[in-house]
Amino acid sequence: MSEARHRYVSSDRRVREDRRFVVGKGKFVADIDLPNTKHIALVTCPHAAARIKSIDKRAALNMPGVHYVVDGRELAEATLPLMTGLDTPNVPRRPLAVDVARYSGEWVAAVVANTRAQAEDAAEAIDVSYEPLPFVLDAEQAIAPGAVLVHQAHGSNVLLDKTFVWGDVDKDFKDSPRKLSLRVKWARSSTVPIETFGVVTTWDPWREILDVYASIQMPRYADQIGAALKIPSSSVRVHYDVDVGGSYGVKRGIKNTVLAGYLARRLGVPIRLIEDRLENMRGGDAHGPERLFDVEVAFDDNGVVRSMKMRALENLGAYAGRSPFQLGKPIGSIVGPYKIRSVQYRAIAVVTNKTTQDAVRGFGQGPTNLALERVIDEVANVLNLDPLEVRRRNLIRHEEFPYMIPSGTTYDSGDYHTVIDKVLADTNYAELKKERDRLRAEGKLAGIGIAACLEPSGGNATFEALLNPAITTSTFMDSCRIVVDGMGAITATMHTTSSGQGHETLVGTVIGEVLQIDPDTIRVARPDSLNSLPSGTPVGSRMAIMLGGAAFHAAQKLKAKLTAIAAHDLGIPPERAVYKDGNVFDRNAPQNKRTWADLVQIAHRNIHRMPDGCEPGLAVSHIYDVPTGGTLPTPDGRVQMYPCFAFEFHLILLSIDPDLGVPEIVRYRLGHDCGTQINPKIVRGMTMGGIAHGIGAALHEEFAYNDEGQLISQTFMDYLLPSSHEVPAIKIIDHETPSPHTVLGQKGSGESGYLGAPAAIANAVNDALKPLGVSINTLPLKVSKLGDLIAEARAKKGGK
Amino acid sequence: MHTLTRKEKPKESHMRIELTVNGAEHTLDIEPRTTLLDCLRDHLGLTGAHAGCEHGVCGACTVLVDGVAVRSCLMFSPQAEGAAITTIEGVTPGPGELSPVQDAFCETHGMQCGYCTPAMVLVAHALLADNPEPTREQIVEAISGNICRCTGYAQIVEAIALAAERIRGANRPPELRK
Ligand code: FES
Ligand code: FES
Repeated sequence: MSEARHRYVSSDRRVREDRRFVVGKGKFVADIDLPNTKHIALVTCPHAAARIKSIDKRAALNMPGVHYVVDGRELAEATLPLMTGLDTPNVPRRPLAVDVARYSGEWVAAVVANTRAQAEDAAEAIDVSYEPLPFVLDAEQAIAPGAVLVHQAHGSNVLLDKTFVWGDVDKDFKDSPRKLSLRVKWARSSTVPIETFGVVTTWDPWREILDVYASIQMPRYADQIGAALKIPSSSVRVHYDVDVGGSYGVKRGIKNTVLAGYLARRLGVPIRLIEDRLENMRGGDAHGPERLFDVEVAFDDNGVVRSMKMRALENLGAYAGRSPFQLGKPIGSIVGPYKIRSVQYRAIAVVTNKTTQDAVRGFGQGPTNLALERVIDEVANVLNLDPLEVRRRNLIRHEEFPYMIPSGTTYDSGDYHTVIDKVLADTNYAELKKERDRLRAEGKLAGIGIAACLEPSGGNATFEALLNPAITTSTFMDSCRIVVDGMGAITATMHTTSSGQGHETLVGTVIGEVLQIDPDTIRVARPDSLNSLPSGTPVGSRMAIMLGGAAFHAAQKLKAKLTAIAAHDLGIPPERAVYKDGNVFDRNAPQNKRTWADLVQIAHRNIHRMPDGCEPGLAVSHIYDVPTGGTLPTPDGRVQMYPCFAFEFHLILLSIDPDLGVPEIVRYRLGHDCGTQINPKIVRGMTMGGIAHGIGAALHEEFAYNDEGQLISQTFMDYLLPSSHEVPAIKIIDHETPSPHTVLGQKGSGESGYLGAPAAIANAVNDALKPLGVSINTLPLKVSKLGDLIAEARAKKGGK
Repeated sequence: MHTLTRKEKPKESHMRIELTVNGAEHTLDIEPRTTLLDCLRDHLGLTGAHAGCEHGVCGACTVLVDGVAVRSCLMFSPQAEGAAITTIEGVTPGPGELSPVQDAFCETHGMQCGYCTPAMVLVAHALLADNPEPTREQIVEAISGNICRCTGYAQIVEAIALAAERIRGANRPPELRK
């Protein structure tokens, strides 16, 4: 059906970015080679917490090629602390530790040398004298009375503790015949891109410009650099044409950039800091949520859930930037796709002596979806009902949209039951159960796992105001500019970096669609930050909606201008002028027309033929604010968050070798509805990648710490990213419920798959374990953990 | 320049080596501890090989040494003397052109960020040189030493299968092509 509606949108077109990548001609930050560049290596704290008594730089400074060593005190004197989301002035975050280091791997000093090798050698020679301090690693211990304080001056480890009540939770609990509670733990993992974070900076003292090349994905990057370095943000020039080697939220190396920026200004040479893998994993401040949920639900005998109480305790690590907000974003879909009518939500964020977190794909949504989906399965379990049937009874129905959830967000559209029916038309549920039972009969532990989840998309910062009333941000924008030059060629600009999302293809496709011109003829460029319009950057699964929306509206403006010029030149009323394929003709006399070339000629060179008041040239731009945006929270904590909600339905069959505990995903089906797909190849890739990432989070990945507070999974040998062997063949079944809020009906897909895969896998594992009478709700569901649990359960049951 | 481990002490002396890269001979003075990856990137300007872990797990640094996929972060440059080294730049037919494997990766969108991609393409070249008709399992096995965080591998596997099919087709007389 999309073929009929669109010419280029939704068709199976290639992704224009791919050509440069397959030949190794991407421009990644490590490929930036400025003359006379000096290299940074870092000195890191070996203790979980320690007072820095002294730093002896002398030996290092005498080594060959070494130029400079900077420590935390020097940097703190010259710069301001990094921006934080909550008002916690006594928990300052800085690039290098000042007097006290608060996690193992924290950066204490930085060496600058001619080569990275020389800098590394010199870093080894810096003699730091530490006085180890007591530390706390566990979030529950961190909130216990008398806990060791990570930041003495803050007076407690709690940065956020807020309770929201939406609807009559007490009454709903009282009136419900059944209740259950569950504790679920999402382990500390992250997105771990294959490219680490890197930055190259250089300062021009005569122009007073700091050039920044970075593998960055972050809103307000230039603003934050300028603020910390105490220079105007207009003195910061971020080069958005650097390709980013994967991010999925986490590439936010603000501390790296402030450090490199300071040194570039101090030393007057280009400075390069490319994290090595160890620096990235320990001190790169790129860990993701580590969240403990206590969930309680009230429901009836049919499995209809009326109310939920959720307590989420987040272990932030030692410092916080925006990471506590990852407890806020899930409020916008706190009940998932279900008609739960009242909710109590308590969000607690604590600091501990672990590595600092940053934003991870979904911004807290993945953990929340896990908790919700586990609890729905438990409702089915205690009632002895089928988990699919319980979901069907609770899901919002197609005709109920737009649907407002208790926390104040209105979901745009959805057809959840149809998506499920489509998946079941492909994979017969009864047959799948038979297959599971066959595997069980063969002696395997086998289980079916279901997850029905939402992907909020489009972005919006209203959760910031919800968690920190001092913030009043209600704007979240993106932009596009289109220029038709004097030869008639079209160049569009976008104003941020990309990390694999195919934004150039997105812009070209949308503009081509509106102008009815082959997208491949449209150049898409990325000016630097000084030449850019505002962009909220690729966060919050927003670019298809927001950059796509900006490009669409800019193209409409261009089309309107071309039409007006033609009508004037043809001497007809504007409503008679019809735009088609780049030309404009008179509806009443189609032979009377102005071609693209004519219109370019008039706009660029014949102002005497232009309508009065019409600007010469053909340049348009559009700055687009998020649809449904513009409101701040009500006093009782309700607010519209993201505008669009994509739906995903995971159905998997998993079997576990009972002797070894090794899980194997036998079948994986995903029903996916993200509205109109602008480029189906991109959506499919994102979704496949998201599922693989979710498999990692569910089964393999964890930043694990030992009792001494040392990170023990700090290389790819211990932090296990799924390889092609760990990802099964996956079938995706698409459905398309357009969003009424977006220009083409599109919703986001940047987090698809990831937001439900861990829940589906955890549910399948628990279904598999059911015959043994045990369950597990702590990720990752590692082979060793499963093996022990199975062995124990079998022993209790009286042998094999 | 990166080094493999931090423990080694710097050696002042450089060493003269000769490398054959993409058919061209290069004479280089380098520190013996320079990895082949750093040598290709920093001394020869061949930046298609990427560093992901520098400890031999991710495969982003893969190049072909005598036709075999090798992790260039684990090899010191002097060890590569006498071998024929092929990088992504060497399998690209010419300016603006793509090899059948590269074209197939574009057709299926077998990438996102592109960071692991040159290595994946090289692994595919090596596989198809040995085995023109690989099964899905053989493709999965061939790329299993290369981590891609973006794609979940599905469209990479499809790219390699498509490339194999097209190459086989191209080698057949036109009347037998499908
Ligand atoms: S960089 Fe060589 S294997 Fe990762
Ligand atoms: S395409 Fe990004 S890591 Fe493979």
